[in-house]
Amino acid sequence: MSDTNASAEKTGAEKTGAEKTGAEKAGAEKASTSRQNRIGDVILRADNITMRFGGVKALDDISFDVRQGEVRSIIGPNGAGKSSMLNVINGFYQPQEGSIWYKGTSYSPMRPHIAASNGIARTFQNIALFKGMSTLDNIMTGRILKQKATLLEQAFYIGRGKSEEIEHRHYVEQIIDFLEIQAVRKVPVGRLPYGLQKRVELGRALAAEPTVLLLDEPMAGMNLEEKEDMSRFIIDVNEHFGTTITLIEHDMGVVMDLSDRVVVLDYGSKLADGTPDEVRNNQAVIDAYLGVAHD
Amino acid sequence: MEAFAAIFGIPPFELWFFFEVLIGGLMSGVMYALVALGFVLIFKASSVFNFSQGVMVLFAALNFVGFIELGLPAWASFILTMGVMILLAVTIERVVLRPLVNQPHISLFMATIGIAIFLEGFGELIWGSNIKPLNVGIPDDVVFMGDAMIQQADLFAAAVASVLVLVLALFFHYTRIGRALRAVADDHQAALSVGIPLNQIWIIVWSVAGFVALVAGIMWGSKLGVQFSLAILALKALPVLILGGFTSIPGAIIGGLIIGAGEKLAEVYVGSFFGGAIEEWFAYIVAMAFLAFRPQGLFGEKIIERV
Amino acid sequence: MFYREAGQFKTSYAGDQQMLPIPLDRAFVIAIAAIAIFVVPVIGSQYWLESILLPVMILSIAALGLNILTGYCGQLSLGTGGFMAAGAYMSYKVATNMPEFLPVWIPIIVGGLFAAMIGIVFGLPSLRIKGFYLAVATLAAQFFLLWMFQKIPWFVNDSISGVPSAPPETILGFYVTGPNASPEAKYLFVLAFVIILAILARNMARSRIGRSWMAIRDMDIAAELIGIRPLKTKLSAFAISSFYCGIAGALWSFCYISTVEPTAFDIDRSFQVLFMVIVGGLGSVLGAFLGAIFIFLLPIFLNNVPAWFGLELATDVVSHIELMVFGAAIIFFLIVEPHGLARLWQITKEKMRLWPFPH
Repeated sequence: MSDTNASAEKTGAEKTGAEKTGAEKAGAEKASTSRQNRIGDVILRADNITMRFGGVKALDDISFDVRQGEVRSIIGPNGAGKSSMLNVINGFYQPQEGSIWYKGTSYSPMRPHIAASNGIARTFQNIALFKGMSTLDNIMTGRILKQKATLLEQAFYIGRGKSEEIEHRHYVEQIIDFLEIQAVRKVPVGRLPYGLQKRVELGRALAAEPTVLLLDEPMAGMNLEEKEDMSRFIIDVNEHFGTTITLIEHDMGVVMDLSDRVVVLDYGSKLADGTPDEVRNNQAVIDAYLGVAHD
Repeated sequence: MEAFAAIFGIPPFELWFFFEVLIGGLMSGVMYALVALGFVLIFKASSVFNFSQGVMVLFAALNFVGFIELGLPAWASFILTMGVMILLAVTIERVVLRPLVNQPHISLFMATIGIAIFLEGFGELIWGSNIKPLNVGIPDDVVFMGDAMIQQADLFAAAVASVLVLVLALFFHYTRIGRALRAVADDHQAALSVGIPLNQIWIIVWSVAGFVALVAGIMWGSKLGVQFSLAILALKALPVLILGGFTSIPGAIIGGLIIGAGEKLAEVYVGSFFGGAIEEWFAYIVAMAFLAFRPQGLFGEKIIERV
Repeated sequence: MFYREAGQFKTSYAGDQQMLPIPLDRAFVIAIAAIAIFVVPVIGSQYWLESILLPVMILSIAALGLNILTGYCGQLSLGTGGFMAAGAYMSYKVATNMPEFLPVWIPIIVGGLFAAMIGIVFGLPSLRIKGFYLAVATLAAQFFLLWMFQKIPWFVNDSISGVPSAPPETILGFYVTGPNASPEAKYLFVLAFVIILAILARNMARSRIGRSWMAIRDMDIAAELIGIRPLKTKLSAFAISSFYCGIAGALWSFCYISTVEPTAFDIDRSFQVLFMVIVGGLGSVLGAFLGAIFIFLLPIFLNNVPAWFGLELATDVVSHIELMVFGAAIIFFLIVEPHGLARLWQITKEKMRLWPFPH
């Protein structure tokens, strides 16, 4: 979380094919082996999900799994059904067929409050922050499920009403430090620039102490520096908290460097599923999507 | 009718009475629909819920009657009042709509409440607040269908409303301006980017709504006299809108008919159980019950929310 | 230069989370409260206490309530009058049928709780309907409730007139309700409610429940997706808001007009309180008070202005002009400062911070 780690962990976007010093290479290898050790059993699974909107099939019999502690990417051309897939995992969309298996229980369908109270948190493609509230308050809403004070305790600001506010404020401030957004903690988020809003949204998701974090295009609309920062945060979250990450992203450099495994969707169907290298060399994927590699 | 009654074992007079209440309710439903039409027009074209539509009915009627009392013939008053309504539309567009163009819909809604209050005061300041009778030669007699008594004025209003709806529906679907109006309702920014002049569109729509308000005002005013209670009619149009959907012209008509008929029938047949005067809230409860099953109304557009 | 926000650093979260973290703010509010409690009853004339301060304070409570529902939780409500009526009628019923020794605030609280239950019932549609549709549903509540309380004689103990006068109740030997009570007593009684309810509102707004209200208001889908239960949150807003309105209604009947009368709670009242909340500023406790003062005093002010200029105008002309000014004021506020008087006050404070420097 501190700055000394930042330089060593600037993997991701920056190092696509560029020279690596010996120490960095060793560091990267060490990181990858320790990462392999961190990846556990399957924690989340989509089983034969089919999702239709009227006549359009957004998802067609999709199945894949996610292992604990890994970074799993979902990629594919626009309209492939990636966001719909996340929405199904989250419980926002109810698929016509199929179920979501999570931590031992199969849900058909999953419901938002079940997902939220069992440790699934997410960010959104178009930023779903509460524009009328400050950064601090937005991230505090992420702690809502952990707050137990009764109405009277809150109204009179006594007992748990008071102690919970302070205790959770403490935790939220740690997240604010981690994401380096201290300066804007009291600013209404509607006034923040796009990149900062994305960070605040990540903070809100982190505040829930999630087991699984779903990120929907976290780097959309960002410049190179912002992408580096965001990659750093994602890796830190994954390595320090052990959070399982499922992310949708278009920047191939980011995806290939950050991910442990990748799922490729196209027109609602699964094209490929495997490590970044396997996917990169899959002919069907190349035909449908990658074409000429570009940075 | 007698044969029909015989099958059900109901005395024919009862059936005629039911028929009469039903027709009466349908007629008043048509009147509600006229007011609701104005709402729908403005909402369709600008997503603004114009709370002042009812007061516009009153305002239009006040001007119309006022001009007649000054000695002008009916057709001249009509044209002059139409001019006033267009002027009103221009003023509203410039003073209220333009400054509030990017605000959330709730702000625009509250602004229309402000317009309603302002117009009420303004209209009564100029023309006075006592009840004015209105007589433009609408046939006043009753007609008998069998044993059911039907007001000729109501029939006339129904005919007028039907013509109006037809004209408006054609206008929306087949003319260039109508298409532009629908584009604006869909997405302001997109409409702007293809060169549709938002301001002009709004002036047109509010003028058309003003026209509808004037027609409604004349119909209602002939029946009840031009007085403040016309404005409260607007509140009755709201359940109509709920039933029909906020964006549908046929919905406003059908919703109006259902509410009008339902209200009268309920008052006559069920009202005594509740101690009477259930007309005050019956329409609303019906609308609410409807909302439970179809939140967007009979013909309204379903809103799909995307994340 | 007087007013300093800079340099006020807190060393603990508890300090930062105080209701009024800036010392000057705190001193100011305490001073106002002290003046309200100790000075005003002594120097205030009967007219001011009974006809100005009393109704403004009671309407502030209603405005606080509507602010919770519409300002914090974003559910537009036109049924405020109906909820006030619920409080008034139930309070009356309890007050006139309870044993003598029970204190007067019991029926008022019970009235509030009854109103809260009614609020929950009429808030149920909010699960499926939003925005204007919900506003129309609250209109249904307004008309239905008012009709119901007039039709069911049980509430007014089957009184013949249907409009009974408020029961005289005492605290510590002083009459605080009904026609016998002194203006000072009524004023202090209502003031106690105002202070307590305002503090509670402020606390709720900055706690978990306030944040969940605002989350629902800002983006209810996202709120649901992070685990906030929409129906439960909206119903809590309806319930608490109606509780406030119920208490306001009870106090209105008991202390201000001294009768239990349905016309005091009609649709005009609902609109009046809505305007208070808009003009004062949605989502602001201070705004509820500023709005109540402004909206209540404006007609009185307008009534007296022609006299100051020596103009003789007929009363109906004056009332028409009042309407015009009122409508124009609403539009003006919405355009110029959609966040209302509370935001204007905030801007003034920020300017005071720099005064006499321009920037």
